[in-house]
Amino acid sequence: MKWLLVSVTVIATVLSDLAQSHEMKRAGEQSVSARGLGRLLQLIVRRRLLILGMACNAVALGSFMALVQTEPLSFAVPASSASFVLETLLAKFVLHEKLGARRAAGALAVLAGVVLVGG
Amino acid sequence: MKNVPQRSGALLKTYAVLVFFLALQAGGNSAMAWGMKHVPERMSINPALYLRALLNPFVSLGIAALILALLARLALLSLADLSFVLPVTAVGYVLTVAVGKVFLHETVSNQRWLGALLIFGGAALVGSTSRNTTSSEPVLNEAQPVSERFE
Repeated sequence: MKWLLVSVTVIATVLSDLAQSHEMKRAGEQSVSARGLGRLLQLIVRRRLLILGMACNAVALGSFMALVQTEPLSFAVPASSASFVLETLLAKFVLHEKLGARRAAGALAVLAGVVLVGG
Repeated sequence: MKNVPQRSGALLKTYAVLVFFLALQAGGNSAMAWGMKHVPERMSINPALYLRALLNPFVSLGIAALILALLARLALLSLADLSFVLPVTAVGYVLTVAVGKVFLHETVSNQRWLGALLIFGGAALVGSTSRNTTSSEPVLNEAQPVSERFE
């Protein structure tokens, strides 16, 4: 059961972030001023992929909460940080971002750090 | 091609939104953790318990901050690559550990501090790369006045 919950958390997180990143790049640069936040709310309502992203976010949160009810955080956090690797790879192949050696090395260091903080 | 002041302005805006997001996330998580520690009932699958927990001002303040953090993250994703946003926002883990230590008096092991150090180093390395490596053109803001695009 715990690996099913980890898988659901990871897949839902990846789908959520890919959908949000794709839509927000299409939307153009946004701000966090009062007017900017209002515009972001309008965007969420109007864009189907953003709604799907939010729904995946909710699924990820729910399955993570279910995971930490039965498993220790020291397992749940490092196990679900697998999404980090998957998302970085998919950002390259699906969103066509250029990773480069420095960004890849930095991402790996952060991943190791997240595993240690969660462990 | 963008000129240098425009590029540095956009970079500054990216980091301003990042700091805003990190502050909201750390503040929201801490307020919620503090509030939940003072909620007498133990949480279960019953949604009524979660709704009752919202009556605690710290829990509702924390949730409001986390909703704002979600919007700030969307703004950040409009400014930078996903492969840039993921590592730099991981600094939030470090802030949460630090806030937990200082305000909630939680014990933080050497392993966690080492993890925090790795996150900082990795985020700094990623932060030194170009924030946006894709060239997708904005399609929604075309009707938006130029003066509002960098507010």
